[in-house]
Amino acid sequence: MSFAKLSISALAVAAMSTAASARDNVQVAGSSTVLPYASIVAEAFGENTDFPTPVVESGGSSAGLKRFCQGVGTEHTDVANASRKIREKEIKACAENGVTDIIEVRIGYDGIVFASQTDGPAYTAFTQSDIFNALAPKVMVDGKLVDNPHTQWSDFNADLPAADILAFIPGTKHGTREVFEEKVIAVGCEETGAMAAMIAGGMSEDDAEDACLEVRTDGRSVDIDGDYTETLASIDANANGIGVFGLAFYENNTDKLKVATMAGVTPSTESIATGEYPVSRPLYFYVKKAHIGVVPGLKEYAQFFVADELAGSDGPLAQYGLVSDPELAATQAAVEAEETMQ
Amino acid sequence: MSDASMNTTPSKAKTSLADLSDRTRRRNAAEKRFQAYGIGAIAISLFFLIVLVFSIVRSGLPAFTQTVLDVEFVLTEEQFNDAEKQLFKTKAYSGYFNDALTAQFTEAGVSVPFDAKSIERIAGKVGGTIREFYRENPDQLGQPTSFQLAASSRVDAYINGRFTRDTFTESRFLMAADLDLVDAMKTSGIIKNVFNWNFITGADSGVDNPGGAGIGASVVGSFFMMLVVLFLSLPIGVAASIYLEEFAPKNRFTDLIEVNISNLAAVPSIVFGILGLAVFIQFMHLPQSAPLVGGLVLTLMTLPTIIISTRASLQSVPPSIRDAALGIGASKMQAVFHHVLPLAMPGILTGTIIGLAQALGETAPLLLIGMVGFVARGYPEGFVNGFVEPNSAMPAQIYTWAARADASFYDKAWGGIIILLIFLLTMNIIAIILRRRFERRW
Repeated sequence: MSFAKLSISALAVAAMSTAASARDNVQVAGSSTVLPYASIVAEAFGENTDFPTPVVESGGSSAGLKRFCQGVGTEHTDVANASRKIREKEIKACAENGVTDIIEVRIGYDGIVFASQTDGPAYTAFTQSDIFNALAPKVMVDGKLVDNPHTQWSDFNADLPAADILAFIPGTKHGTREVFEEKVIAVGCEETGAMAAMIAGGMSEDDAEDACLEVRTDGRSVDIDGDYTETLASIDANANGIGVFGLAFYENNTDKLKVATMAGVTPSTESIATGEYPVSRPLYFYVKKAHIGVVPGLKEYAQFFVADELAGSDGPLAQYGLVSDPELAATQAAVEAEETMQ
Repeated sequence: MSDASMNTTPSKAKTSLADLSDRTRRRNAAEKRFQAYGIGAIAISLFFLIVLVFSIVRSGLPAFTQTVLDVEFVLTEEQFNDAEKQLFKTKAYSGYFNDALTAQFTEAGVSVPFDAKSIERIAGKVGGTIREFYRENPDQLGQPTSFQLAASSRVDAYINGRFTRDTFTESRFLMAADLDLVDAMKTSGIIKNVFNWNFITGADSGVDNPGGAGIGASVVGSFFMMLVVLFLSLPIGVAASIYLEEFAPKNRFTDLIEVNISNLAAVPSIVFGILGLAVFIQFMHLPQSAPLVGGLVLTLMTLPTIIISTRASLQSVPPSIRDAALGIGASKMQAVFHHVLPLAMPGILTGTIIGLAQALGETAPLLLIGMVGFVARGYPEGFVNGFVEPNSAMPAQIYTWAARADASFYDKAWGGIIILLIFLLTMNIIAIILRRRFERRW
């Protein structure tokens, strides 16, 4: 059986070469929001340096940080992209697996926008309260906290179109979901007085805060676990639907989507940079310090990412839709000094 | 038929054989109906096949052409050295190119108003190509060289007719005024639509550079994965099935193994991916994103398919062949390897190719071992490195492109499907040729 001989020898050759060669490329995993920026940087890094092009995987902030925290050694990822800050319990999980020195790098800001089909209902202006009234499981009606009775946007705000409520929001494994909950739903909860009513109804403040982050589960709010293209496809199929997108994704698809203002502010790189537009969040990546010097090009990749030429206000990242960080110089210095998180 | 009609009409009245009884007519009608259903079923599947092929080809063809800027360009040695000193070198090259283009327009007296920004919007990411060219051909510095460089994805979409002036929405990626310049460049022959070789030979590119994206590297990745799958799963699968079929005692234990093999064939493929991450990468420390690991994971997935089909084809060899071989004094092993196995070979090959084709199209098991995402390593250096250097696979590359914001990548995804289908078709043709060669009739 020559097949068997061939396969055994092929495997032997492969195994030998594996043992001989350590990983020579930076391995990145994490947020699908950061992925486009990371891929732009990775391509440029490969083109502009003598290091091989880094591999950037997607999968969501939580999944990326989980893999990041699994241990030290070249079989684990070097960098985790995240569209939110690392959580306390993730730092703890990291430490349990020996990942203690983590360098946090903020690359800039990203806006979260509410957009719908260009020829769908006129969803042009929302407030956080509108989104809360549409999507929360319990809302205030006539001063009482009741199960959400709203089926149309016009039910609670006469200025909004009389169209069925249907929203496509990021699933729980996305960092975007957390921002959506904290900067939209929770704010709406407070504004409409639902939170006060919950506390008056006997809830502790913490419980009320948690209850404020919930969304209704009767099918009017749909979790999207995939990428923004999946949200876009859902919007395409449902004229009444509104979707939650990153600003960069919306700007790439202005021919298919129209954006709504939030609390009267139109989302744009300028309004996010000034902080006027309320729903924005910083984007991060986390570097495993123990891998610097082991994996070739890791520190250079981090430095290249935050260099003025890339992450600055007229670099390719800003060109694609990232809102550049005004404190970029501090970040550059921190990466240079390999400052770890406390 | 005459028998039946005789039986159905007892000999009370004399009937002619030429007259059909009611029952015969009903049976004939039922047969006709069944044939019609069959033809209908084939027609429906043909219809869907045609729709599928048509839509794939129509959506995928734009990926095979690329709008390019065909310009002559001089880069001085001084500029080259200057650019090489910078951190973001490719941007410097893009800048030189845009300057040269602007100068060329001014010289040619292009009447349409434009500025450096509009050139930037029209030209794609050209810096990488220019840098690569001059790094490989330093003797060309200072010489006029003609380049065909990718235009930006919006310009490509406009030239390919994906949008017209009426359906155009202005964005900071392309302004309405730029279209006039594009039209002027097209008339003067600077903008052309050419066959996109880079799509077939190149590697993946960043999300802002659809013009530079190619599927070639991931074809190579898929190829190495298929090599691993073939050379592992075929011998292991065939050995396992020969033993189970010809030598193993039939008892509870072998029954248990058989049931488990059948169950394994129905396990969702993502499970193999999780296994691959845990066993091959985290326990055995094999490299991440490597076709070797992808191939190992897919081998696990393909094995049951191959074992089941191999056993079926071994069973289909007539027992008389075995009996005859044993009868003239062959040992059991001689009977199997000299007589049964060659006769079962066509079936085994068919099963293997079906298994490989299934493995070729799998994305889910690759999700967790790092082959899905941005993997733009390019071609591996040497044969052995092909197994261990990070690479993507065709279905993974298609999946990645389909998830990107720029609609041009959507075309690339469809184009990738065409390449994937060609790869599959080639595999099937090889299988058919091999099968013909081994086929024996008795």
